Amino acid sequence: MTAKIAYDDVEVGTELPTQTFPVTRATLVQYAGASGDFNPIHWNEKFAVEVGLPDVIAHGMFTMAEAIRVVTDWTGDPAAVVEYGVRFTKPVVVPNDDKGATIEVSAKVAAKLDDHKVRVDLTVTSDERKVLGMSRAVVRLA
Amino acid sequence: MALDQSFVGRTYPPTDPYEVGREKIREFAVAVGDANPAYADPEAAKALGHRDVLAPPTFVFAITFKAAGQVIEDPQLGLDYSRVVHGDQRFAYTRPVYAGDRLTVTSTIEAIKTMAGNDILDIRGEVHDEAGEHVVTAWTKLVARAAGTEEA
Repeated sequence: MTAKIAYDDVEVGTELPTQTFPVTRATLVQYAGASGDFNPIHWNEKFAVEVGLPDVIAHGMFTMAEAIRVVTDWTGDPAAVVEYGVRFTKPVVVPNDDKGATIEVSAKVAAKLDDHKVRVDLTVTSDERKVLGMSRAVVRLA
Repeated sequence: MALDQSFVGRTYPPTDPYEVGREKIREFAVAVGDANPAYADPEAAKALGHRDVLAPPTFVFAITFKAAGQVIEDPQLGLDYSRVVHGDQRFAYTRPVYAGDRLTVTSTIEAIKTMAGNDILDIRGEVHDEAGEHVVTAWTKLVARAAGTEEA
């Protein structure tokens, strides 16, 4: 395990580089296949509307996977993540057009823990609405 | 209908081993658009001190959620899966998941609550490797919305 960020080089408030991730219907079909989650609310607009959703929505686990990339890209070694949790608060609505949706992720160091670990708090939004709550990772730095 | 509280603490038998495929990891990384070489190139993974390519942090959910099917589909529990949404998800890792791992999952019902007519079910999935060593624990909160509500 060799994170490229050193514990001694970060402070509470240190910001990780913000990233924006595009999501289209094609992205969701690809994620469905890779993850094995074929719930039709993620690809079938008619079904989604019938169960009360505004449109097709992204898999919550897809959003969770994108959000942690801000941390794993920062540390280099994905194994630096020792804990990761989120609450799914709002869906990421993905319209069937050439743009789809975007997921914006910012993150900062919220606490320095023992054993070279830090807690990173993530802010994850789509269409200016927070889509994940309580989104936190514990990360072991070098 | 409120779920039976006596199911709290119930542990289901471990699943048959799931063998983690190198190409399945690559497929997952491509699907989330993540070009980190540690997911695809064994040499890049070794340069970071790993024995083989590793899986992205949330990859293991596909395995633990499949295992949670034992709970979700338990006819005695009687959860209405058509009304279920994913509330929270959390992972705690002892080590990353590697290509070639043969993983078993043991699912336990940690809590059952009813709030505003919604059934809330907390499932813990303990993931172990072939040697019986702990790899990761996944906590999944599922919310079965009260019948008659249309908000997801």
